Amino acid sequence: MKVLMFGWEFPPHISGGLGTACDGLTKGLAKHQVEILFVMPTASGDEDQSAVRIINASDVAAFETREDARNLLEKVQFLQVTSNLIPYLGPDEFTEQVNLEREKEWNEFRISFGQKYKFSGTYGSNLMEEVMRYALVASSIAKHHDFDVIHAHDWLTNMAGIAAKRVSGKPLVIHVHATEFDRTGEHVNEQVYELEKRGMEEADRIIAVSDLTRNTIINKYHINPQKVVTVHNAVDFSTVEDREISRGVPEKIVTFLGRITYQKGPEYFIEAAYKVLQKTQNVRFVMAGSGDMFNRSIRRVAKLGISSHFHFTGFLRGEDVKNMFAYSDVYVMPSVSEPFGISPLEAMRAGVPAIISKQSGVAEVLHHAIKVDFWDVHALADAIYGLLTYPALKTMTVRCGLEEVNALKWDIAAAKVKKIYEDVLEEKLKKTTI
Amino acid sequence: MKKSICLYFQVHQPYRLRQYRFFDIGKNHYYYDDFANKTIMSRVASRCYIPANRLILDLIKEFDGAFKVAFSVSGMALEQMEQYAPEALESFKELAATGHVEFLAETYSHSLSSLISPVKFKNQVKMHTKAVEQHFGQKPKAFRNTELIYSDTIGEMAAEMGFTTMLTEGARHILGWKSPNYLYVNALTPKLKLMLRNFRLSDDIAFRFSDKKWGDWPLTAEKYAGWIAGALEKDELVNIFMDYESFGEHQPASSGIFEFLRAMPGMILNHTNLEILTPSQAAAKHQPIAPLHVPYAISWADEERDISAWYGNELQQEAFNDLYALEERVKLSNDPDLQRDFRRMQASDHFYYMCTKLFSDGDVHKYFNPYDSPYEAFINYMNVLSDITLRTPK
Repeated sequence: MKVLMFGWEFPPHISGGLGTACDGLTKGLAKHQVEILFVMPTASGDEDQSAVRIINASDVAAFETREDARNLLEKVQFLQVTSNLIPYLGPDEFTEQVNLEREKEWNEFRISFGQKYKFSGTYGSNLMEEVMRYALVASSIAKHHDFDVIHAHDWLTNMAGIAAKRVSGKPLVIHVHATEFDRTGEHVNEQVYELEKRGMEEADRIIAVSDLTRNTIINKYHINPQKVVTVHNAVDFSTVEDREISRGVPEKIVTFLGRITYQKGPEYFIEAAYKVLQKTQNVRFVMAGSGDMFNRSIRRVAKLGISSHFHFTGFLRGEDVKNMFAYSDVYVMPSVSEPFGISPLEAMRAGVPAIISKQSGVAEVLHHAIKVDFWDVHALADAIYGLLTYPALKTMTVRCGLEEVNALKWDIAAAKVKKIYEDVLEEKLKKTTI
Repeated sequence: MKKSICLYFQVHQPYRLRQYRFFDIGKNHYYYDDFANKTIMSRVASRCYIPANRLILDLIKEFDGAFKVAFSVSGMALEQMEQYAPEALESFKELAATGHVEFLAETYSHSLSSLISPVKFKNQVKMHTKAVEQHFGQKPKAFRNTELIYSDTIGEMAAEMGFTTMLTEGARHILGWKSPNYLYVNALTPKLKLMLRNFRLSDDIAFRFSDKKWGDWPLTAEKYAGWIAGALEKDELVNIFMDYESFGEHQPASSGIFEFLRAMPGMILNHTNLEILTPSQAAAKHQPIAPLHVPYAISWADEERDISAWYGNELQQEAFNDLYALEERVKLSNDPDLQRDFRRMQASDHFYYMCTKLFSDGDVHKYFNPYDSPYEAFINYMNVLSDITLRTPK
């Protein structure tokens, strides 16, 4: 079986969990004899290609001939995402408006014949343009490669997935690692929401990384529940080693590690820290990461007067992340909304007990982590205090947690994904034979 | 000689702890979830204790003493009935007054003290015996330990306290090919007779009665009496032991459980070779068939029938050991409030909530369980225990 997979990032150059998940999944699929063409906007050449063949979208020309372009525009005229809803317009005026838009679209694409577009592959300000151009390139790739199923990760690649489906007629699987609601709360970006929804509607199957996400897809995007399947993420820890580290401070260390953004609930960590510090001074809190709530968090910590026991490290990567885990006695993930959340698993693998919010997908697969509601800072503080104070709690969560985490293999998750490929192919076959 | 049937029902409710945060430690010494305790006691009293007691009273009168039952009512349940459902306590007293109801001795707190030391255990039992005498006007002669926990040495302790009969589980791994339907004796001291629960016949009522997927549903009194008679064709004594809350609470009134109970004595006594006795009567009447060797503690819980439901993981062991490390000093403190709290903390239920087998052994553990996870239960318990430790004089 051959899969054309659209991603946005791939290790070693990653900024979020998506790249890691893609890596794990593709390696798992490779074990199940699934061949993968992995397309990404910009590849550096140092990606691990043991399980996938990477196609760098920056190396592919969008169209080669005029015919290509015309043909494609017929099929993928959805690409322009400006709103067609213009108020106070009669039917004639509306048609005129639409034609005008079409002409504009055509003119815009004409200039890119035979040209390659250098994607930044980041999440910058021209993201929407990159998403669209990625889709154009995707259709070109779909035309020149042979494959059975299309698999697209998250909204950034949804359009690419749809374009590839239109061009090739192959079934499309959309993999939802996070939704706009997870990223922004209720203040969704309409444009992003629209792209996500479009992808979900066009998909033959949607994979959600947790039941939590599955429910969001069903309730907030109004997708037929039968189309949405949960496949929990996994972890492969072949590269993680135990490390001994000497600490500079005698106190116990409680760690928050992640983006300091609304979604991750940093303020609840701070409030809980304040409560714990009122009871005991024999503890230090560390907030590792960066994000748009970074400055606000520092101000809040200062205002509470706990700065002497509360530390910010800024963004950590690679070795520093591992060192941070090795330093920690307790790991806290108070996420407001976390589709899955891989970091508690990394903590548990490093022998650090984890406290996670009940509003995280990972809570569905973990028994041996302490679960609290993200907003319940009392419960969070209590759990931190318990782990610091009652030795049995730590020994037991660490011992059982390790076993539990080691059982979450990508191998198993990949088998479920492969089954989904087989299902959509079978459905497709049934439809064509009828 | 007639074959015997013993019915014994356990009555126990723990004092559930309120959400006790670590900020409360050293500041607030009230630990109980009054609302939950009151609600559950009132509910169980009105669904089970009161209607079932009334029914049993009627049956005793109707059969003129040929129908008998035994109860063990924990000190925790007695206290909470006094506090929240005095009419339920009254109805137990009425039953006691008939002379056909035996009240068994147990540990006052429904505690696991038998696992820690003879002194602690005996103190608990003495206290309960006193409470039974005070409420029901009879001195218990037969003993049942918390959760039917039993071992050779626990039996020996009970014998040393003057009990001649003890009830425990007919655990398959102990009995092997032997039948639970006989009287046995303790392996260390033959003075103590052992009555073993027939778990199949007991669980037919306690767990399976309203289960429509069960092949034998619906269970009629006639069918059930037939099973008992079948079991007693060769054997001598069938012991039906269960939680009293099976009537009306675990098995709701709508399942027909009360009609079943009403019809059961008649159906059993229709078999003229059968009689219903209290545990002490049955133990006096039958000859023990063999000593029973139980080197490691058994209980009536879960598939394992061991003590792992309360003392199986690190959490439970730490909580247990920390609790009992305080006992000596609590006793010497002369602080009645502290001693009362210490008693309530001993209830086995607190340890049951910390059981991690719950992830696989679901339903039974979830019943009345106020916590979402064993870890939550442990943290809460340890916070309270920390406060009790602070209150205890050094």
